[in-house]
Amino acid sequence: MKFNILIFTHATATHYPMNYLASIGSYAIMVREVFKKPTKWRIMKSLILKEIDDLIFGSLGIIIFISFFIGGVVAIQTALNISNPLIPRNLIGFATRQSVILEFAPTFTSIIMAGKVGSYITSSIGTMRVTEQIDALEVMGVNSLNYLVFPKIVAMFFYPFAVAIAMYIGILGGWIAGVFGGFSSSADFVEGLQLDFIPYHVTYSFIKSVVFAFVIATVPSYHGYYMKGGALEVGKAATVSFVWTSVVIIILNYVLTQLMLG
Amino acid sequence: MIEVKDLHKAFDGSPVLKGISTVFEKGKTNLIIGQSGSGKTVFMKCLLGLIIPDSGTICYEGQIYSQLTPEQQRDLRQEMGMVFQGSALFDSMTVEGNVMFPLEMFARQSRSEMQDRVEFVLRRVNLADAHKKYPAEISGGMQKRVAIARAIVMNPKYLFCDEPNSGLDPRTAILIDNLIQEITREYNITTVINTHDMNSVMEIGEKIVFLKDGIKEWEGTNRDIFRTDNEAVSNFVYSSELFKKVRQMYLEERD
Ligand SMILES: Nc1ncnc2c1ncn2[C@@H]1O[C@H](COP(=O)(O)OP(=O)(O)O)[C@@H](O)[C@H]1O
Ligand SMILES: [Mg+2]
Repeated sequence: MKFNILIFTHATATHYPMNYLASIGSYAIMVREVFKKPTKWRIMKSLILKEIDDLIFGSLGIIIFISFFIGGVVAIQTALNISNPLIPRNLIGFATRQSVILEFAPTFTSIIMAGKVGSYITSSIGTMRVTEQIDALEVMGVNSLNYLVFPKIVAMFFYPFAVAIAMYIGILGGWIAGVFGGFSSSADFVEGLQLDFIPYHVTYSFIKSVVFAFVIATVPSYHGYYMKGGALEVGKAATVSFVWTSVVIIILNYVLTQLMLG
Repeated sequence: MIEVKDLHKAFDGSPVLKGISTVFEKGKTNLIIGQSGSGKTVFMKCLLGLIIPDSGTICYEGQIYSQLTPEQQRDLRQEMGMVFQGSALFDSMTVEGNVMFPLEMFARQSRSEMQDRVEFVLRRVNLADAHKKYPAEISGGMQKRVAIARAIVMNPKYLFCDEPNSGLDPRTAILIDNLIQEITREYNITTVINTHDMNSVMEIGEKIVFLKDGIKEWEGTNRDIFRTDNEAVSNFVYSSELFKKVRQMYLEERD
């Protein structure tokens, strides 16, 4: 089966886990190691700032681009599906707001981030593994997991800000597509945006983003850190890492939705 | 001095090191030679504590590594420098940044003291004008020099080099070998070098350990190695046409 092959080629250097449980176990051990024996704060601070720049600021462009058009498409799709004149026109704004806040901004953006940021993390850590840079850190007595992964986790705590921007831009895209496409009046759209607004939905969305941020920082790190082989395997690891990061996000999305809204 | 006793290591049941005992002396360039896959790198990583052996002891000036507390192990590690096979320079940092890195991490020195030290070791490895370059912008030989500088910046008692001249042209390779030997003598370091290069064996083989399939097949000096009647060693030494011809000439001359 495809997934079995994935996990087998992805076995850790030390344990060769042949099943999911063993992988989850070595992932947990990795996460624990990340928080041990911290690097000097003076050095860690600059690593964190660099990761915020790479992971968060470096992704804002694509996040804004995608959110804008997704928001627009949601508005148009909703408008096209309202044929019954009894349905109020403010539904377009309402539907855009709900879909963007609940799913598109936190979850869809996270899948994009799993591709963009995740494959960058896996390939940069994986390259350090295959060129023995990680061994070099360990020989010097540096906790390589703390040095490499901790700043990424901290940087990804800023991810909910990116999600907030995605929400804003998504709704803006919906408004532009709705109003300028002639599907809705601005007043109807804005009325829909304000209709039955539940602030808890935003909280739910931010909590999801924090969890996904942790997944995006750590799962690709795991795949890079424990990889074996050479340059070719780095490429494969990045692909496998994207698949698994997405799978974990989708499953957690389901679980969190059930727990928090169900 | 490093004493190794009966070192064993297996990966997933297949043994790689099968009971190695030897001594690496201070102020000397100790060589571990053998074909690719004979276990040289695994052996060296055991000496560094990067791989934990299944059994056997490794003793650094009388301290048995496995009996030390984690703090003592960490202190001992900081007395070790390592030059990796592919140099393993951090490619996000400049030459200067790479050499500075261990100091920044661990030394309790002022910025200017660190800078002086970096300047000193870079000059010692004959690299005075590449400070601001990145590893990808310098030649393989220069990368090796930076790796050596980074390995000695903390004044190590032990220096480990995994195939330090692989991928270098013969002239540069000899320069690197000689540099390592000079540094070893100058600072009285216990140096261990993995190699399969016969030029290194001839140039700097003050003590040679020959590994074959995870067993210490032979040990001696670069004077002994050309005279030994150990078949495995002769096969290794005379595997190249050049050395076969040299031996031929030597034998003919003697007759
Ligand atoms: N982490 C590891 N896991 C499993 N096998 C390994 C590992 N490291 C080395 N080996 C095996 O050990 C043997 C010796 O490898 P190595 O020490 O790298 O040889 P050398 O450095 O002499 O070329 C090889 O057969 C290699 O496949
Ligand atoms: Mg090797």
